[in-house]
Amino acid sequence: MPISRRDILRSLTLTAVSGSVLRVIPLEAAEYAHRTVNAEKAQAEDHDYTPKFFSAHDYKTLQALCQTIIPSDENSKGAIEAGAPEFIDLITSENKDYQVALGGGLMWLDNTCVDRYGKTYRESTSGQQKEILDRIAYRKNAKSDPSLGQGVEFFGFLRKLTADGYFTSEIGIEYLGYIGNTFLKEFPGCPPVPEA
Amino acid sequence: MQVKRTPKTYDVCVIGSGASGGTAAKVLTEGGLSVALLEAGPPLVPERDYKEHVWPYDLPHRGAGVGGRARRGLEDEFLAPNGAWEIEGEPYVSAPGSKFRWFRSRIVGGRTNHWGRIALRLAPVDFKVRWHDGMGDDWPVGYDEVAPYYDKVESYIGVFGTKENIPSAPDGIFLPPPKPRCTETIIKKACDKLSILCVPSRLAILTQSHNGRAACHYCAQCGRGCITASNFSSSQVMIPPAQKTGRLTLITGAMARELIVGKDGKVAAVSFIDKATRGEQRIYARAFVVAASACESARLLLNSRSTLFPDGLANSSGVVGRYLMDSVGSNGVGYFPALEKMPAHNHDGVGGMHMYLPWWKFDRKNEFLRGYHTEFGGGRGMPGVGDYDDICDDFEGYGAPLKQECKKRYGTYIGFAGRGEMIPNENCYCEIDPSAVDQWGIPALRFHWKWSDNEIKMARDMQQTYREITEAAGGTYVTTIRPDGPHPYGIADGGVIIHEVGTVRMGAHPATSALNQYCQAHDVKNLFVTDGACFVTNADKNPTLTIMALTWRASDYLIDQAKKGNL
Repeated sequence: MPISRRDILRSLTLTAVSGSVLRVIPLEAAEYAHRTVNAEKAQAEDHDYTPKFFSAHDYKTLQALCQTIIPSDENSKGAIEAGAPEFIDLITSENKDYQVALGGGLMWLDNTCVDRYGKTYRESTSGQQKEILDRIAYRKNAKSDPSLGQGVEFFGFLRKLTADGYFTSEIGIEYLGYIGNTFLKEFPGCPPVPEA
Repeated sequence: MQVKRTPKTYDVCVIGSGASGGTAAKVLTEGGLSVALLEAGPPLVPERDYKEHVWPYDLPHRGAGVGGRARRGLEDEFLAPNGAWEIEGEPYVSAPGSKFRWFRSRIVGGRTNHWGRIALRLAPVDFKVRWHDGMGDDWPVGYDEVAPYYDKVESYIGVFGTKENIPSAPDGIFLPPPKPRCTETIIKKACDKLSILCVPSRLAILTQSHNGRAACHYCAQCGRGCITASNFSSSQVMIPPAQKTGRLTLITGAMARELIVGKDGKVAAVSFIDKATRGEQRIYARAFVVAASACESARLLLNSRSTLFPDGLANSSGVVGRYLMDSVGSNGVGYFPALEKMPAHNHDGVGGMHMYLPWWKFDRKNEFLRGYHTEFGGGRGMPGVGDYDDICDDFEGYGAPLKQECKKRYGTYIGFAGRGEMIPNENCYCEIDPSAVDQWGIPALRFHWKWSDNEIKMARDMQQTYREITEAAGGTYVTTIRPDGPHPYGIADGGVIIHEVGTVRMGAHPATSALNQYCQAHDVKNLFVTDGACFVTNADKNPTLTIMALTWRASDYLIDQAKKGNL
């Protein structure tokens, strides 16, 4: 019978109770426990996500914005595949300030698009979407046009949360090239620095 | 409310289970004494409480915590249970015009569950500051008397480092250091150019198996707690051997309220609140070791008023709560384009720096007295929430250029943290607040705080140094600092470095100190205060190693006195 995660945890607890001074476990067991946690989690994942805070309309806009902030490219996937919108929805559902900043921000974006283009953000053409995002993606634009201030604030915050969600995902971590979180017998030190 | 009396009288009651309380429990029980160890928090269960090797994407909040409250800062989701800046139901107060932050722990092992494992000895001169520069006071004990206890602590807990013969940073008994990371290689080169000392750091992490504990496996996650106990925490290294003697009674959820003095003027019992029942209980013992953390220990003494001790226990000198010190802290960050060229590689290492900058300007006259050391770190660590805030703010935009910029800059930042010596001043102290109590009915502390000019000048020097080092390494110093405002030259608020000490200081004279050189109260011979409260100065060395050495010394003395029937 394959050893389960619960077996490992129970054996750890027993070691502790039986009076061992130190709770040393073999590295293989700890690694195994870690892998098992991941496997259990993957199985439990629900593929149809129901937003906890955002309305269906707003959530689709949120997804579109996240994917525009960090798109997929030939080598790596983008923010949606990395689960950034779910992450943002979860923490927003628990934080009143985020609800105002992001929920209000999405409405500001739609209102502004309706004013400018006669349609909501998602109904606007890709050229119009690019035009408004190019305006609110830079603080300097709010200086020349104060009516963009709220949009710049909203987009700046969403950019950070999207980066959070992307770079803490398996996809994002692989994209950055982080290597670690493992068990080494010895630390190898710094590899040779390539010549400039 | 019924006060329950526990029938047994222990040899010693130790209050607090952190660096000091854990050390006392180990040494006293191994010395043959029965010990009741009181801890205000719950037990620690590493298998349940540690998030070692968990990836951010294993957690729904990715480490950001409920509502994103932990996006930045000390209280992220991965850390071992360790404490908090604010504890619900347990307020403290900063006096008008003062700002002091108090990081308190309520868990077996206390703050050793999260500390940086930086284990630095005080230098001989650190015990004799007044003799050296006329400021502050000398310790009633010298380096030569404490050194054998540094040896004992280091030999037992395991500390890596190298022999360097630096007067400001005495060598100890060291395990071999780990190899430098790229970030450390680049800073070391720059420091060599500038004639600034940069040497392997001294951390309580095992680079070899040691006293039955496995060697480090280099995952860089010491702060999350270590399932193999390859780093030092009181909960995993001090308390288990005490339990093994069969002479330790660990009582968790026990919030000490008052020390009760008998007619003979000695402490007879500690009264504590059992948090589970909110009822009051007492533990009787022949001697008491108070190790609740510097400010909690002062609070307990000040709250222990009686006709014999109207100003608080062991406080005939009036020094209890006074001489409060923290470390001078100022941080900065540099951007090092040279690191962009590094291929992806495992940069984790131990959970802390492999090299550090000891105080190097001890041989010259500076614009300020005393010195500081510098901790630094950065590079290709495990990505976390909040890590990209600065890049997002800097670069702005969106799309492929933003994504590529994040990748390009990943691992190219190095942060510096200066940790310097503060000279105690009359504006920094804690006292019992006249009106506030905590949820257990125990009067709360009020803090007073003001940095003096010496500390501000030191912070300025830190900032200048970090800029010079960054530029010498071809980098750009990105921290902007102001010489004025609430944090001149980036100096942190009092308490923020979590090195608070000095509130029940030792000294040669009972009129100006509360404890003798063995941490024994001048006024009450069966009372010892062994945590950071006993410090006379707060050298630029993280206090934990010295807390443990002084506790070990005090515990040996206590055992000896108990044998002689002097308590």
